[in-house]
Amino acid sequence: MSESIGNEMYTLRINGQDRPVVDAWVGESLLYVLRERLELPGAKGACEQGECGSCTVLMDGDAVCSCLVMAATAVGAEIVTVEGLIEKDPSMAATAEVIASQITDVQQAFITEGGVQCGFCTPGLIVAVHHLLDKNPDPTELQVKESISGNICRCTGYGRIFAAVEAVVQVRKASR
Amino acid sequence: MYPTRFNYESPKSIAEAIALLHQGGGEAKILAGGQSLVPMMRLRFAAPEMIVDINNIPGLDYLTVDADGTIHIGALCRHSDLEKSSLLMAHQPTMAAAAPVIADPIVRNRGTLVGSLCHADPQGDWSSVMMALGGIVVAQGPNGRRSIPAADFVKGPFQNMLAFDEIAIEAIVPAPKGIPNGGYLKLERRVGDFATAGVAVAVESSQGLIIRAGIGLTGVGGSTINATAAAQSLVGAPLTAGSIAHAADLAAQAAQPRSDHRGSASYKRQIVKTFVVRILSGVVESMERAA
Ligand SMILES: Cc1cc2nc3c(=O)[nH]c(=O)nc-3n(C[C@H](O)[C@H](O)[C@H](O)COP(=O)(O)OP(=O)(O)OC[C@H]3O[C@@H](n4cnc5c(N)ncnc54)[C@H](O)[C@@H]3O)c2cc1C
Ligand code: FES
Ligand code: FES
Repeated sequence: MSESIGNEMYTLRINGQDRPVVDAWVGESLLYVLRERLELPGAKGACEQGECGSCTVLMDGDAVCSCLVMAATAVGAEIVTVEGLIEKDPSMAATAEVIASQITDVQQAFITEGGVQCGFCTPGLIVAVHHLLDKNPDPTELQVKESISGNICRCTGYGRIFAAVEAVVQVRKASR
Repeated sequence: MYPTRFNYESPKSIAEAIALLHQGGGEAKILAGGQSLVPMMRLRFAAPEMIVDINNIPGLDYLTVDADGTIHIGALCRHSDLEKSSLLMAHQPTMAAAAPVIADPIVRNRGTLVGSLCHADPQGDWSSVMMALGGIVVAQGPNGRRSIPAADFVKGPFQNMLAFDEIAIEAIVPAPKGIPNGGYLKLERRVGDFATAGVAVAVESSQGLIIRAGIGLTGVGGSTINATAAAQSLVGAPLTAGSIAHAADLAAQAAQPRSDHRGSASYKRQIVKTFVVRILSGVVESMERAA
């Protein structure tokens, strides 16, 4: 028979780990569960209507709005959040220097190029840009614009974000 | 805002899903991509007592073409699957043109064509595309399957023809009798926005004559508009500047736009006319190239 999940335990697969969710209502959004139940506040909630992309995570390799995915639907899927893009060394304390040494090339480029102002859109954009460059290592300008068109930034005017993406593309090309 | 409480069910087969809908007695709703339903629930425009999530039913994510050219789009085929399809690019220009202009790439990764038809948003792009193509929705309920023409499937704004215990299994684009051609044009204020106005044109030609035509209009009425008079005016003749202008006028007359924050009624009517001319002029060019 169909699985009826009420206020029970279920397990999500997030950043390569099985994460049990205990005594939660399954109608909660994946975004809510990540932030409020699993201590993964990287994905941000703004519109909660699919409009802004600040809640972007990867679900089975596709960028999705976690605010529009029910946590129950995500059972069985591989979820990657912005936290999961970094390979953390748990033996090291999370000092500013340690964190700086562990961030991804995309994150570093956003900092170097000035693509972060208030930072609210940044985690979603970082996920979207990683996703783009994994699928298409050498995108055209139009492809970059198109692929992050679901991620709204109210501060930067996007120019510095495009510059950051371009910088990553060039560095990755040179090191290939 | 949080949605109201509901029971969540995740059936593993179509039969199970139908049984759940039946049991729900009109208070249950299918969840496909969730890209329209979840926002509506959060705004409490929808408050179903039961959610029947069909994402775990295997074998519904297909996009296939039969030997005769009939296209089948399964209930879990996402907008992004259609956008990436080389099959559509080669065989179905109207659909190929529409897929990349629906919402934004993140929404396209979850939303489905069939869900979009079921949602029956007057601003939804796939309803007018399917109307133009003479598409069919296949519905399954406790008493078996039936086919509903896309032109009849939309009953009104956000209302479709499904019974409360029916699921839309797939959408079908019938085999073309001539060479399929056409396009989709949409004016949006910014990427990812719903249409200010959108026009879907699908024609089939044989030996230089149009043998079938369909025109669907997005966002210029209380529900999707089937511009049948405009489409019929093209059938049985070659496309000429005169016939294109005439069809464009008829399509603009069929539109019932309202002035709103996206534009005035007369502006939207003008867009419809311009888009019909643009798409059909493109068809003429591609027919000349092929000849
Ligand atoms: C930010 C944003 C922008 C968007 N922009 C556009 C746009 O420009 N153009 C556009 O066309 N759409 C747009 N959409 C809507 C999007 O295309 C949705 O994917 C689509 O309308 C619904 O498909 P879904 O699979 O997500 O359906 P869901 O949200 O899961 O369901 C929608 C409705 O259809 C019913 N339903 C779904 N599948 C079935 C089925 N198989 N059988 C019976 N009933 C079913 C549900 O019960 C529900 O009532 C946008 C959405 C968002 C969030
Ligand atoms: S919070 Fe999910 S898209 Fe805005
Ligand atoms: S940096 Fe503020 S929204 Fe993008």
